[in-house]
Amino acid sequence: MNSADFCSNYLYTVNKKTKTAEDDIMILAIETSCDETAAAVVRNGREVLSNVISSQIDLHTLYGGVVPEIASRKHIEKINQVIEQALSDSGTTLDDIDAIGVTYGPGLVGALLVGVSEAKAIAYARKLPLVGVHHIEGHVSANYIENPSLEPPFLCLIVSGGHTHLVIVRDYGGFEILGRTRDDAAGEAFDKVARAIGLGYPGGPKIDRFSKEGNPEAITFPQGKLSDNPYDFSFSGVKSAVLNYLNHARMTGTAVNRADLAASFQKSVVDVLVSHTMKAAEDLKMDRIAIAGGVASNSALRNAMDNACKERGYSFFRPSPVLCTDNAAMIGCAAYYEYLKGTRHGLDLNAVPNLRLGER
Amino acid sequence: MKIIALESSGNVASAAILEDGTLRAEYTIDHKKTHSQTLLPMLDEIVRMTELDLSEVDAIAVAAGPGSFTGLRIGSASAKGLGLALGIPLVGVPALAAMACNLYGSPGLICPIMDARREQVYTGIYRFDEGRLNTVSGQEAMGIGELIDKLNDIGEKTIFLGDGVPVFEKTIKESMRVPAEFAPAHLNRQRAGAVAWLGRQYFIEGKYESAADHRPEYLRLSQAERERKARELKREGKNPSDAACPGDAV
Repeated sequence: MNSADFCSNYLYTVNKKTKTAEDDIMILAIETSCDETAAAVVRNGREVLSNVISSQIDLHTLYGGVVPEIASRKHIEKINQVIEQALSDSGTTLDDIDAIGVTYGPGLVGALLVGVSEAKAIAYARKLPLVGVHHIEGHVSANYIENPSLEPPFLCLIVSGGHTHLVIVRDYGGFEILGRTRDDAAGEAFDKVARAIGLGYPGGPKIDRFSKEGNPEAITFPQGKLSDNPYDFSFSGVKSAVLNYLNHARMTGTAVNRADLAASFQKSVVDVLVSHTMKAAEDLKMDRIAIAGGVASNSALRNAMDNACKERGYSFFRPSPVLCTDNAAMIGCAAYYEYLKGTRHGLDLNAVPNLRLGER
Repeated sequence: MKIIALESSGNVASAAILEDGTLRAEYTIDHKKTHSQTLLPMLDEIVRMTELDLSEVDAIAVAAGPGSFTGLRIGSASAKGLGLALGIPLVGVPALAAMACNLYGSPGLICPIMDARREQVYTGIYRFDEGRLNTVSGQEAMGIGELIDKLNDIGEKTIFLGDGVPVFEKTIKESMRVPAEFAPAHLNRQRAGAVAWLGRQYFIEGKYESAADHRPEYLRLSQAERERKARELKREGKNPSDAACPGDAV
């Protein structure tokens, strides 16, 4: 074991279990980075024994978006119940658990701190190893759960409310970032456009549903292309184009077909996500493509990526929608591979709201 | 009976182990607000030094509030995790009442004040009668001027303590018409030892809760909730300042 794997000055007494390679590794995982309080029990990284998610969406809908202080308050109210439910759903107790995995960034700092403090206390009191997990690594790992045969390397498009990254997954927890958004995350653009056309929060699923009633070819919106890095994204241009379109219609008194508008906006975003991913696959000769993150549950993106992969003979991997949303099963999966590598965090593990991908 | 206490409601981070009438250990630092990195390492340190077997602990006492929202949640989530893992209950201890216990047996009134920003303090007014802490006025957020008026009306000597003192000492000295004193450095901030002592009394009286049920007492709504409430009241033609949470004088 490499000494660099010890991520802390404050290591505590951990029970030495005598485990052989054939023994199961059970991980209790906790995720509170945004507005879902989640816990899961995962066996050997890929077998989800329980996956409990307590969503706060209804609460935040009143405010048109996630209110960090309200999210943190809800996490602390729910966290023990969610963990106890995850244990009982899986038919295990803490006696069966080998390690605690927890998301420590990126995300809302107050929200992350609830999960991190809780996880540390449980790990400490039960003398269990603690493994801090990067939230986005968790999203990527959701693909391992869904596709038992998938192993690195593969190309992965990570799209959520806070992130848009195109990466090569070289190894478990090892990423090479090819491109990222220069401005808004894809999910952020969905939220802003949904608000502008009166669909409300959360924008992604609402635009997805509403677009099915519209014509995606009705309006042509710009696709953000950047000259210096063909894999980078920009979504502020298309978002502004939608807002300008609405403004212009309002000034001239023209009626807007909102379904057409939503469908055309969605097509513009999906097209650029798919074309960048396909370009990277061709350039780098990668034939296994995965998607991850909340926006990976968008049906237009899933269909378009699936078709593009089929045309080229690539294998396409995607988590089912419940594993695309924030959940702890994916954190348990990522924690498992970190655990095998020997990553152990100490009692001074802190929440890191702007934790970068591949950093720890 | 063994009790672990955690206090992280303000700038102070503090952990203590109380065994019956003996304070086995207390570790208190008033340095930087990095409680998420310090609180559990501090607890681990005193657990090791006193060779405490965690499975023998009867309850976790935690300063439940008021205080810094994030600080309260770090203490609360740590206590909830310990409670869940050890299968023991939690005792939520009012942070200001615990601070008042620093001045056990003092004659007159004891008035802890925490800086709550916006010219307000989180405060309560306490008195010791025959060795028992009595609450003259319970924990609430109020304007410093309103608090001073209240104390002047009661008209008794008052000892102030808490991190509100350096902020409001001048105002207090200028406006108090009854004698005002200020607690010395070793008694004037949050201490987990006091949380443990008061927590033990509550525990014996049956005032405890499950780790799952415990939550901090913020004494204030979040800003977003306050603003939404004010908008609603305005729409109904009422005074929007009534949206302030209980005791939150605007």
